[in-house]
Amino acid sequence: MDFDLSKAQKLLQESARTFLMRECPAERVRELMETETAYDEQLWRAMAEQGWTGLIIPEEYGGLGLGLVELAVVAEEMGRACLPSPFISTVWATALIDSAGSEGQKAQYLEKISAGEMKATVALLESTADWNVQAVQLSAQREGKEYRLSGRKEFVTDAQIADLIICVARSGSELVLLPIQRDAQGMTITATPGIDATRKLYAVDFDGVRVPVAEALQLHPQTEEAFEQATRVATATLCAEMLGGMQWTLETTVEYAKTRQQFGRPIGTYQAVQHQCADMLLMTESARSAVYYAAWTVSEETKEARQAVSIAKAYCSDAAREVGNRGIQLHGGIGFTWEHNLHLYYKRAKGSEIMFGDANYHREQLARLVVDESEG
Amino acid sequence: MDLRLTPSEEQFRDELRAWLQQNVPPPWRGGVAAEEENQGYIQYLRDWQRQVYEGGWAGISWPKEYGGRGASLIEQAIYQEEMARAQAPPLLNLIGLSIIGPTIISHGTEEQKKRYLVKILSGEEIWCQGFSEPNAGSDVAALETRAVRDGDYFLVNGQKIWTSYAHIADWSFLLVRTDPNVPKHKGLTALLVDMKSPGITVRPLKQMTGEAGFNEIFFSNVRVPVANVFGQINEGWRMAIAILMNERANVGTGIYIAIKRELDALIARARQTLRLSCPASQDPVVRQKLAQAYMELEIFRLNTNRALSRMSKEGHPGPEGSILKLCYSEQQQRMQQTAMEALGAYAQLRDFDAGRWGYGYLRSRGATIAAGTSEILRNILAERVLGLPKSY
Amino acid sequence: MDLNLTPEEQQFRDELRSWLQANVPPPWRGKTGEEESGEYLEYLRTWQRKVYEAGWAGISWPKEYGGRGARLIEQAIFQEEWARAEAPPLINVLGLQLIGPTIIAAGTEEQKKRFLPKILSAEEIWCQGFSEPNAGSDVASLQTKAVRDGDYFIINGQKIWTSLAQVADWILLLVRTDPDAPKHKGITALLVDMHSPGITVRPLRQMTGEAGFNEVFFSNVRVPVSHVLGEINKGWQTAITTLMNERANLGAGNYILFKRNLDALIARSREITRFSRKASEDPLIRQKLAQAYLELEIFRLNNMRALSRMNKDSVPGPEGSILKIYWSEMNQRMQQTAMETLGPYGQLTDLDGGRWVYSYLRSRANTIEAGTSEILRNIVAERVLGLPKSY
Repeated sequence: MDFDLSKAQKLLQESARTFLMRECPAERVRELMETETAYDEQLWRAMAEQGWTGLIIPEEYGGLGLGLVELAVVAEEMGRACLPSPFISTVWATALIDSAGSEGQKAQYLEKISAGEMKATVALLESTADWNVQAVQLSAQREGKEYRLSGRKEFVTDAQIADLIICVARSGSELVLLPIQRDAQGMTITATPGIDATRKLYAVDFDGVRVPVAEALQLHPQTEEAFEQATRVATATLCAEMLGGMQWTLETTVEYAKTRQQFGRPIGTYQAVQHQCADMLLMTESARSAVYYAAWTVSEETKEARQAVSIAKAYCSDAAREVGNRGIQLHGGIGFTWEHNLHLYYKRAKGSEIMFGDANYHREQLARLVVDESEG
Repeated sequence: MDLRLTPSEEQFRDELRAWLQQNVPPPWRGGVAAEEENQGYIQYLRDWQRQVYEGGWAGISWPKEYGGRGASLIEQAIYQEEMARAQAPPLLNLIGLSIIGPTIISHGTEEQKKRYLVKILSGEEIWCQGFSEPNAGSDVAALETRAVRDGDYFLVNGQKIWTSYAHIADWSFLLVRTDPNVPKHKGLTALLVDMKSPGITVRPLKQMTGEAGFNEIFFSNVRVPVANVFGQINEGWRMAIAILMNERANVGTGIYIAIKRELDALIARARQTLRLSCPASQDPVVRQKLAQAYMELEIFRLNTNRALSRMSKEGHPGPEGSILKLCYSEQQQRMQQTAMEALGAYAQLRDFDAGRWGYGYLRSRGATIAAGTSEILRNILAERVLGLPKSY
Repeated sequence: MDLNLTPEEQQFRDELRSWLQANVPPPWRGKTGEEESGEYLEYLRTWQRKVYEAGWAGISWPKEYGGRGARLIEQAIFQEEWARAEAPPLINVLGLQLIGPTIIAAGTEEQKKRFLPKILSAEEIWCQGFSEPNAGSDVASLQTKAVRDGDYFIINGQKIWTSLAQVADWILLLVRTDPDAPKHKGITALLVDMHSPGITVRPLRQMTGEAGFNEVFFSNVRVPVSHVLGEINKGWQTAITTLMNERANLGAGNYILFKRNLDALIARSREITRFSRKASEDPLIRQKLAQAYLELEIFRLNNMRALSRMNKDSVPGPEGSILKIYWSEMNQRMQQTAMETLGPYGQLTDLDGGRWVYSYLRSRANTIEAGTSEILRNIVAERVLGLPKSY
């Protein structure tokens, strides 16, 4: 057992950090978030060249075939840079295609994703705002060799720039995963601006959108389990990104506490400030343990994966927010300005807290695993 | 990073698991509330520790020549998890095993290692730690217990306080002032003191739980051979730091075993206890809190494992090591509060589960005070890990 | 102790209630982000003038300066009725809560006559110029200089985090008049016309996206010596009066906002679906909403107790710091509860005119402005509990 990054993993971390510092400094984040989609085609291509878009895609489909720990390493650096990109959305879709798609579908989509030629996202939530896949009601009416999709999806990340939207729908009582190209007839995408301007949210309306039955990602009868596995991959990746944001906030705040003077000495001399910095460290390091453990268990598909992901998401959801709270507090007025970069991370933390279910949701998922007798 | 066990780690785990399956004694049925002063319970734990030692399962990462298993810190981590999994009783000689033993290994003379380590592992000699004094709490270096040289002996006079296990301990790791004329950190010496020496009086201090968990120790002209100096004379502060680091990093203490047992018992209890007309485990609010306790304990386990991984490569724990004590002490307090809420009105009854919940609740308040208050630990993190300027 | 209203108090309440019923304007329908919108400010100005003309501004201020001459108890009743009627807030909040009371305590007769009525009518909006880039928690280290030139002071320097400066007509300014004295002893408080030549206001954009506060630059600004509030070089005492009022009063005024916010949240929770059910039916959310309600209720009671005390002792003491710590942290918890209650919808900046996102972000400043929680805890520890000074 070795619970520390390997040499190769540390190298990956370093190169990701250098790349993002160069390609996506804070000024670029600010420019991008003011645009309609917060998307930079050139940056995405460059990320693909780094191999990131195909990081977990098997080599046979043009990917690097690495595991989730490596994915987490890169995602952490993205969080540290507050990188605006459809990366998490695409990871979610990638994992879904990987776990539920046929060989043909994998070849069709994953190669393009690896090459940076396709961005994708998943449309799950409906007006019930429920992250449980069992709650999906959007109707996919079977008509001969086609499904006809009608209904509305909410909170779909990066829908506007996704080349492929995988819609989670219900045909009768059966869960179906339908990949839809962006130019599909009858699909309307509406921006629903959120607190985190670096990751855009959309409502997607389907008005009789036709999808050939053969194109559905099939894995009967385990579609639900395949969906959950893919969502675990995406959730663990998101948690790693949250961790990167916490690390940035911690370092930035500690630096400020060392330099900002009041009453004739650095504010970091005062215990009221020190103790909050110590708490930020405690939360960040604890999140790190939880995140990398989750990434590893999901990657290895161990039986602890479900609880490890819920632990990571519940912990990170609370901790990322709280680290942000303390970061703003210790900066004082300057921390509350638009000019300081803290708010970019703070808002990202809030959006991420909500994405894939907040701490309350994941604590309940965990309780089902460890409190209820059947599982205990 | 690779969390898989290596073949040899796996073998270790399987052997241990099999041994535990055969050897874990039936759970103690008496009151646990009174554990620190209950003679029957202490004997039960002494017997268990001897059995563990004889089975070759004490001192996992200690060198073989001193009775240990000579295994790695990783095996030490596996050990904790397996002990918890098997619901094994805790180990009695906790201070000897987790704090004093490792310090003797790293800083003791060959003779001291041979003399003391084996008996720590077997539980034959129980240890306690004499640092705190009435006027030297968080500011340990301000201690006033004096040791004056008299030929081959030191004459010790003074008082220690908050000393856990002193009432059953055979030895004490004592910090005394040997030079009152130098700055406070520079006149200290560490002594290994036989608790049966004439002139030592132990007076139990009653805790808020009602039990006598810790003690005052009075020293009146106690003669300690100079050979029992640990480290160098007047370099006791370095030894104390080594002790405190071991104490706080808390690697291999079995604290995880104890907390996990408590949490498992709580969850089992929550399934049976009715409150507001439904089993506590089905109440959405209680479920949140139980899940939170589970999550925090799991994160403590993971933080520990990360620290061990780091230590086994670099010889010292990284930042995650320094937060372990904060992590488990505060987790424990929140978990005990959760127990109170989950068990509702029953939790307060002294006879409910032999009073363990009321006891655990009160006892947990001591967790953020003993072995470095949370305030001092946060200062240390801020200064030593984050590099903030010194605050006091 | 008697929590029943006296007949006079009851009469006051009934009169106010019926006046509000007849006069509260329709709620503002524009976007939140309130501090920026000129239209919104005009809406509030008009409202305050109406309140003043009907005799409901400055409940506890002396009658001769346009107040009602009632007691602090009536002031408390006023707050509750205000919240109950969902009346818009009063725009000149700094003038009403901090600066007016400071002028009443430290001003000359002339100053009181000149300034107080116009604070009440909102004809003159006030802001407060204490903080500087290098004088935040450590206000007394401020560096803005005032040099005497005959009957005038010439002011040079910079203030920061100045709320309402972009619309203010006057500012209560702390300046250094004696750089050679110990830092607390060379400060003077001045009443400065914001329209004076040499003053430049530059809006600072908050993390909410709005420009809620400002930098104010002073370049050779001439201020008549007659506008000194209190005595020259004794401005620190004047500042303390203002800060005490700030900590004690600002929250009381905020009660109205908090209550409106919570009422709206509870109403919202009955409509909004997350995790496939109404938020108000989710046991966890119920706990959190109930917690928010009870914390707000305790806040109201804390205020009532403080007012009862002040009614007898007249000046707010350091206990006001406790109130400030309480309401600022309470509001932050309440805004987090709002986010959890609204679920994924909470993050949308178009939901309910953006009020939830705005309030959530805005609440982070509560524990920084008007004394950080850290400084206020020091003050409570030292001045209320008598612990030794820590810094």
